[in-house]
Amino acid sequence: MKISVQSGDFDAGLELRNLSKDSRVGAVASFVGVVREVSMTLEHYPGMTQSAIRKIVEEAAARWQVMDCTVIHRHGALQPSDQIVLVAVASAHRGDAFAACEFIMDYLKTRAPFWKKEHRAGGAQWVEAKSADDKAAERWQDPAKKAG
Amino acid sequence: MKVKVLFFAGLREQLGTSGEEIELPSSVTTVAGLRNFLSDKNQSWKTALAEGKAIRMAVNQDMVQPGARIQAGDEVAFFPPVTGG
Repeated sequence: MKISVQSGDFDAGLELRNLSKDSRVGAVASFVGVVREVSMTLEHYPGMTQSAIRKIVEEAAARWQVMDCTVIHRHGALQPSDQIVLVAVASAHRGDAFAACEFIMDYLKTRAPFWKKEHRAGGAQWVEAKSADDKAAERWQDPAKKAG
Repeated sequence: MKVKVLFFAGLREQLGTSGEEIELPSSVTTVAGLRNFLSDKNQSWKTALAEGKAIRMAVNQDMVQPGARIQAGDEVAFFPPVTGG
């Protein structure tokens, strides 16, 4: 498992290749979040971020077959089109890899201590948390609910 | 008892501090109690920490519910709902 909270960029291709080196791995599912339209500064809680992400990954590994996992989240100043976050999950089969990847991303959005401040023409403003993100995370608590 | 209090993001800016060590009266035993205690500092703290405000809390880097107990030496963090990812 690799968890990194860093200011610098990452090479998603390199990270994915690293996850597929084990010959038992048959699927690597990944998500890359990108800055959309507005430059921003990402603040985080250094003492807590790493452990919060670790807990989320461990919870995913308890639910699905996760053979390896990489989560990279950037902080600091970011420009439009910059990569923000990578979640990549290696598993034997795609079902587990897809589900675990989406679960980790949904939980990261609501439980990992990061905050975005957008720099618009009118001034800087903290991004408000979205109830849609809470709903996305909540649906994993009831396995009967499908992705909305 | 003494605890370390931390604030992040918009809340840090509203309060004008990223945190401090504070001495608590023995009547303060929970995170919600601490929030109440802090909000009595002055009017701007009262506004920023008011009950209706969505504020998340962590004790020793673990997210907790308002009723969570606090002990001497704990690191207690208050912050807005997270917006990473």
